[in-house]
Amino acid sequence: MMLPQASSFAPNVDHLFDALLLLCALVVVGVFTLMIVFCVKYRHGTDAVRTPAHQHLGVELTWTLVPFFLFMGIFGWSVHLWIRMRTPPKDAQPVYVVAKQWMWKVQHPGGQREIDQLHVPVGQPIRLVMTSQDVIHSFYVPAFRVKQDVLPGRYTQLWFTATEAGTYHLFCAEFCGTDHSRMRGRVVVMAPSDYARWLHAHQGTGLAAQGADLFRQLGCSGCHDPQSGVHAPDLYDLYGRTVPLADGSQVLADERYLHDAILLPKKQVAAGYAPIMPSFEGRIGEEDVLALVAYLKTRTHAAEDTDEHR
Amino acid sequence: MSTVELPTPRSYLEEGFGLRSWLTTHDHKRIAVLYGIGITFFFFLGGLAAALIRWELVTPAGDLLSAETYNKAFTFHGVVMVWFFLIPSIPATLGNFLLPLMIGARDVAFPRLNLFSWYLYMGGGVFTLACLLLGGVDTGWTFYTPFSTMFSNSHVMMAVAGVFIVGFSSIFTGLNFIVTVHTLRAPGMTWMRLPLFVWSMYAVALVMILATPVLAMTLALIGLERLFGVGIFDPALGGDPVLFQHFFWFYSHPAVYIMILPGMGLVSELITHGARRRIFGYRFMVYAIIGIAVVGFLVWGHHMFVAGQSMYASIVFSILSFIIAVPSAIKVFNWTATLYKGDISFDAPMLYALGFVGLFMLGGLTGLFLAATALDVNLTDTYFVVAHFHYIMVGGAVMAYLGGIHYWWPKITGRMYSEAWARFAAILMFFGFNLTFFPQYILGWEGMPRRYHEYLPQFQVWNVLSSAGATILGVAYLMPLLYLAWSLRHGERAGSNPWDATGLEWQTSSPPPPHNFDETPLVTEGPYAYRR
Ligand code: HEM
Ligand SMILES: [Cu+2]
Repeated sequence: MMLPQASSFAPNVDHLFDALLLLCALVVVGVFTLMIVFCVKYRHGTDAVRTPAHQHLGVELTWTLVPFFLFMGIFGWSVHLWIRMRTPPKDAQPVYVVAKQWMWKVQHPGGQREIDQLHVPVGQPIRLVMTSQDVIHSFYVPAFRVKQDVLPGRYTQLWFTATEAGTYHLFCAEFCGTDHSRMRGRVVVMAPSDYARWLHAHQGTGLAAQGADLFRQLGCSGCHDPQSGVHAPDLYDLYGRTVPLADGSQVLADERYLHDAILLPKKQVAAGYAPIMPSFEGRIGEEDVLALVAYLKTRTHAAEDTDEHR
Repeated sequence: MSTVELPTPRSYLEEGFGLRSWLTTHDHKRIAVLYGIGITFFFFLGGLAAALIRWELVTPAGDLLSAETYNKAFTFHGVVMVWFFLIPSIPATLGNFLLPLMIGARDVAFPRLNLFSWYLYMGGGVFTLACLLLGGVDTGWTFYTPFSTMFSNSHVMMAVAGVFIVGFSSIFTGLNFIVTVHTLRAPGMTWMRLPLFVWSMYAVALVMILATPVLAMTLALIGLERLFGVGIFDPALGGDPVLFQHFFWFYSHPAVYIMILPGMGLVSELITHGARRRIFGYRFMVYAIIGIAVVGFLVWGHHMFVAGQSMYASIVFSILSFIIAVPSAIKVFNWTATLYKGDISFDAPMLYALGFVGLFMLGGLTGLFLAATALDVNLTDTYFVVAHFHYIMVGGAVMAYLGGIHYWWPKITGRMYSEAWARFAAILMFFGFNLTFFPQYILGWEGMPRRYHEYLPQFQVWNVLSSAGATILGVAYLMPLLYLAWSLRHGERAGSNPWDATGLEWQTSSPPPPHNFDETPLVTEGPYAYRR
């Protein structure tokens, strides 16, 4: 009944856990032994020597500070690991997750969609970009030692590299209403070749292509195309750039920024533009926003150039 | 044991007999008894819900309760246990009863306010019971938004109203205690001569009046959003769902110390008496109490490591959480050292106190696993957390409370209980407790999420053990109810100081007269004046 170690984090987390467990066990054994020895030796009626007590500053400082520094070591180790767990590598493959009462909807960049399942290859860092349609959920895969709350109206992310092919449990860990305990799924980890075959078999319209269609249908292109007469920001090369805002601050145009710019355009107005963009809040769902964001990420001059050369 | 009865005036219990004389009393001791009755009622009601939860979890398929009912059961269990048992338990009963006695005062500073606090407590209770009768609430005791504001179809407003009202009861109790300790100490009772229980009541009172208003405000905001659609927490209305968690834990983390600090105070009294020896490191114990109360305000973010809070914020909250372990460790070490060269007898209060130290340690150390960000990722929102907080709140606070009730029972009622039964119950409770909650640590590390009404079959073995333990624990909790009730009629008369203990409360008769002391005591030395 041991928990499988199926991600690159798992062994590290487990080592840290074991180390802390050992340290705690030492403290527990130490204190319990003392308590039991004292309780036996000094129980009422024995003739042990009972001289009056003294306060002892040295003793107090020693037994406080020595364990404290040992535990600080654990803290440092934990922080080191934590920063790694929270910093996805640049080459991580994005996969989009939308949670809703009570299911997990997954979209791959190639347009593959699945419900309550996530297929990933061994050895490839995967970055999940997640949001919720309703309440707070939490994406939890014990075998990977990863968990992240999934919030409505905001993107959160999670990354991992699976190391063992197999099928693992996916749970919703944040109470989300009646069927919370049924909001479960599976993560299927496949050898890269199997994964490539799976992707091929489930190919749909790519996410970016869906986004491109939406971009036209919803009328975004009316304002944002370079030929447009409306004074609106050019969206080429936007992703990853730093955008100056009307209030004088700056913001990194990441996925969260793009998401908010579509749903809550008044929240962060780009410097030099009138706040005339309508909000799409309530008009389109989170999955559509994901498609639009995926599309915007492909809109770089570099990508466009190579397209033309093809 | 000295059972010589001094010629005493009428006791506070004989001051008047009708219901009216109780419901209009201003005597802190009677108010303590009134609280005791209410709190016992809610404890067993919450316990009944716990039994339902645990029996449901004997099998992996949710076959005893529907998902809906299960969710309402753990919510009711949590709401009742936190706000109607744990938070008021020690301060409102033993605190109310003992605080004036221990500092040599005739009553608390504001006796009417004290009675009013009890009415608020009961009033809040009425709302909570009404909520249950209407069909209950399914948000969990944490009321996380936007589920509680926009998605739950249960009686959220009723539950929130109950908690809102009972919050004021704790604010007023806190206020009363602070003013009492500042103004009504007997001559010679300096700050560094206060018993540790009084110190813990004082610290708790500060936390109560500083933190509880935040809770009241947060609950009011839930009301605004639910009733009027004001967008505070719901992103669909332009709000921030994580904001609620910040507000909530800014109250609720300090509230954890409202639950455990009184226990620490009590256990210090019980151990020093059980070992018949001065407490080791009195000053450090006082500093530790203050340290816990202060740092307790700075660690709320450790509930939110995976909630979407920034990576760096989490690191800060993590280190602060490691630091708060220091004063807790000081307390454990000093209790242990107090046993050294003692003259220890193992009567029931001492057994409860020793049980407390063991369980509190296991609960506290596992808190470090949760404070370590990288480990918390796997553990949070699993049964590991359920085990951790039960070790602290049930293994800690409830054990201390029962130990205290036993120790001061002769003072409160004038009667002795059956020592044999009391020891047996304490030991059974310790065993049942560990069987119930230790398996949950394992379940949590292996990934069983909390608040699950159905679970994977692979988790069943540990769940069955846990449910078996809970049944034993339930029986152990019923036992004191029976033998203590029995003692009211048949118990031996106690005499003013049956334990031969130190402390001002033992210098007056049992039960004490309405005005506590015939003449104001004069304090000439520190607490715990045992010979060693
Ligand atoms: C026989 C004793 C008890 C048993 C068997 C028991 C069992 C449980 C279980 C299984 C849960 C988790 C429910 C879930 O997450 O699905 C729970 C939650 C909880 N328990 Fe207990 N419990 C007991 C006593 C207590 C006591 C005495 C207190 C407080 C003094 C307490 C406070 C809580 C709280 C605050 C929660 C959280 C509720 C929530 O998740 O919303 N429990 N209990
Ligand atoms: Cu969910």
